[in-house]
Amino acid sequence: MAKLKIRENYHQARWDEPIIYELSTPGERGILVPQPEKEIKDESGDILSSLPENMRRKDKPNLPEISQKHVLAHYLHLSQETLGSNLNNDISQGTCTMKYNPRINEKLATLIQHVHPSQDENTMQGILSIYYRFENFLKEISGMDRFTLQPGGGSHAVYTAASIIRAYHESKGELEQRNEVITTIFSHPCDAATPATAGFKVITLFPNEETGIPDIEALEEAVSERTAAVFITNPEDTGIYNKDIDEFVRIVHEAGALCFYDQANANGMLGIARAREAGFDMCHFNVHKTFGTPHGCSGPGTGALGVRDYLARFLPIPTVEFNGEKYYLDYDRPESIGKVRGFFGVAPVVLKAYSWVMMLGAEGLKEVAEISVLNNNYLQKKIEDIPGVDVWYARGRHRLEQVRYNWIELEKETGVGTDDIMRRIGDYGIQHYWTSHHPWVVPEPFTLEPCETYSKADLDEYAAVLERIAEEARKDPELVKASPHKCASNVIVKPEELNDPDKWAVTWRAYLKKHRKE
Amino acid sequence: MKLGFIVNPIAGMGGKVGLKGTDGKEVLEKARQLGAYPEAPEKAKKALKILISLIDQIEIITCPGSMGEDEATQLGFKSIIIGDRKTNVGPEDTEEAASKMLEMGVDLLLFAGGDGTARNIYNVIGDKLPAIGIPAGVKIHSAVYANHPRSAGEVALKYLKGELKTIREAEVMDIDEEAYREGQVTAKLYGYMKVPYERQLVQSLKAGRPEQEESARKSIADRIVSEMEPDIFYIIGSGTSTRPIMEKLGLPNTLLGIDIVKNKKLVASDVGEKDILKIINGKKAKIIVTVIGGQGYIFGRGNQQLSGNVIKMVGKDNIRIIATKNKIISLGGQPILVDTGDDEVNKMFNRYMRILTSYNEEIIYKVKGL
Repeated sequence: MAKLKIRENYHQARWDEPIIYELSTPGERGILVPQPEKEIKDESGDILSSLPENMRRKDKPNLPEISQKHVLAHYLHLSQETLGSNLNNDISQGTCTMKYNPRINEKLATLIQHVHPSQDENTMQGILSIYYRFENFLKEISGMDRFTLQPGGGSHAVYTAASIIRAYHESKGELEQRNEVITTIFSHPCDAATPATAGFKVITLFPNEETGIPDIEALEEAVSERTAAVFITNPEDTGIYNKDIDEFVRIVHEAGALCFYDQANANGMLGIARAREAGFDMCHFNVHKTFGTPHGCSGPGTGALGVRDYLARFLPIPTVEFNGEKYYLDYDRPESIGKVRGFFGVAPVVLKAYSWVMMLGAEGLKEVAEISVLNNNYLQKKIEDIPGVDVWYARGRHRLEQVRYNWIELEKETGVGTDDIMRRIGDYGIQHYWTSHHPWVVPEPFTLEPCETYSKADLDEYAAVLERIAEEARKDPELVKASPHKCASNVIVKPEELNDPDKWAVTWRAYLKKHRKE
Repeated sequence: MKLGFIVNPIAGMGGKVGLKGTDGKEVLEKARQLGAYPEAPEKAKKALKILISLIDQIEIITCPGSMGEDEATQLGFKSIIIGDRKTNVGPEDTEEAASKMLEMGVDLLLFAGGDGTARNIYNVIGDKLPAIGIPAGVKIHSAVYANHPRSAGEVALKYLKGELKTIREAEVMDIDEEAYREGQVTAKLYGYMKVPYERQLVQSLKAGRPEQEESARKSIADRIVSEMEPDIFYIIGSGTSTRPIMEKLGLPNTLLGIDIVKNKKLVASDVGEKDILKIINGKKAKIIVTVIGGQGYIFGRGNQQLSGNVIKMVGKDNIRIIATKNKIISLGGQPILVDTGDDEVNKMFNRYMRILTSYNEEIIYKVKGL
């Protein structure tokens, strides 16, 4: 077993690296491209003349002028100033399901880099078969009857669900009457935001303090003939599994509304509980979370939206079909809500996720859920033993795969709050943690999700670092409040500055305009 | 064990008749003319009654007449009386009594009143003596008060029995008069008193009012105005959350009082309980009410004009609660409270209710009648 070690003397690389534009020297070149020979020039003529006038630049692009050596050094330095995905203890990112993304799948994904989605489908039978088979996996895992893999992320899939719900009620002539969607305060914010974007009013339920889930009576107060659907995450961001979920579904169905299951937090349920048995009409998965493909800054996402057969006619076009001989794209679906993204989704993510499922098999998927829950329970015990940590709602009850903790007591005692501790974690070589979605219903929050790929040593290291920082907060609060001290950048970014439109600059051009007015 | 017990008998009298407090002799006289009667003694008795199990173990030190002696005697407590009986009592009597109790070394001071009373007591005892307030005043911004008279009794009982050991510093607050003149409700912090603390039983401090809340309030007002029906009396409650409704309608607003609107026109301003009952009698009316800061009251604090009788006449299904989402979250999961002084009406509210939090958003939240 690996030995517990806190990285006492950790120090991140710090290069004080300028922005690449600041390295630019007029006239400096990386590669000198040779002029074409006369024969080629004569043969090709004025190649720019074939471009329409309005597509031609008037001025040269403002690109940095820099030698190849300096470009390489620049990007090497920047890479050293990050902790790096898959190279770190990413337990911190609760709700993000950060797990190890097998490197071999990245290699596999390069196999389709030369395929273009506009190709004739006869020439893409391979990737279409992957789509078809991965859809079948998801059908088996959730119990839904059809899936679309077109959305580019979780919220995008949830928005697609909201659009399908609109289409469903419209088809029954009830859309005007059914204009309310019910969600819960600890469901993902997209469960409120995307129905609102689709034109629904949003009704939010709060949890009962003892059970950590909303009371049935609260749902009954919300449900009426105006209800279009319920959008609910289970387990919620607190990690508490709603054991009454089938009762919720029954009440909503009785009122003639639909039920959408947000399964962004599905890691603890794979192979154990399915949306279908809970009675849901629709559900979604964040493929890039639960199914082991990189995300965040390391890769694009895919949101998989599943529906029961009576809603399949509304799915985005095209669907991927198989006629027994060949795979094909079906655009002939007159009641479809249309396209929600170009082409048919992010193919490399689907390929990597397919590979991930194939490597694990059915038993392996169940083991993923079991170990992620076990890891979480082990870590919860260790974290709760740290003086100053508390967990709101359903005290003494197990969570599933993540926990929303808080530092309320520590903050009262020392003045050191969750934002301070978050920054200090970086000084021990660990990714800073995720606090909470906004608004902070639980004050001074932090949310940890130790997925199946972390070892006992990883969990012990994480808990030991938090315990150490809580001790520091008592002995020397300023040390924590002034952190980080050992990171690539030790500047504390003040949120109020990020909120000042006169100061923010997300491009070099904006920076020049706002901060270098000379 | 020695328990200090002070009742400000006139606390709360102004509220029921539409006055913003009972501070000052003229206001008190006006309240009496408008038909107000003292309610604080009854509330104080509700708290003291909880201590009956300790009747043989505690020594009560209190003031003459309705400032404590009468309430204690009626419940069968024997008490030591300090000071002389007077017809009219004022803040100086509260301060004098608190000062003597401090000298006599009481273990806990249980007092009934409002923010004015809390300030008087704080002026004398500071943080030298643990105290717990029985809410009886019009203005209850101070966190030294329990949620309800009974809760104050429970806190005192647990503390005297040694079951409750946590003492916290609780804010003594009162309306900032300067800000009030400029039209803002800002509770000014006067100091801290030591209060035995149990989260469920003691009022949390009122939530702050950051600028960004204003746009949420305006959005709520837009919705309320858009759904106003013709020929219905809208009784607009007090507070900063309801103000944008009146602004949207272009009508003058009473920040700490109740206004009535019909067909988007002002019917009456700054009305008391009797005015409301007279105006809406036999007519269809709705109440628009907000949650009062961190305490979480919708009825019974700062809007005593909306009495049990008014609520009964309007009907529980015609009450629209509005509040920003942050305000609800600042309650820390505690239910919204109703304390009309009428148990039957309070019970009507023991359920989940809808709260409008912006134009297209509502929250379902637990309401508890005390």
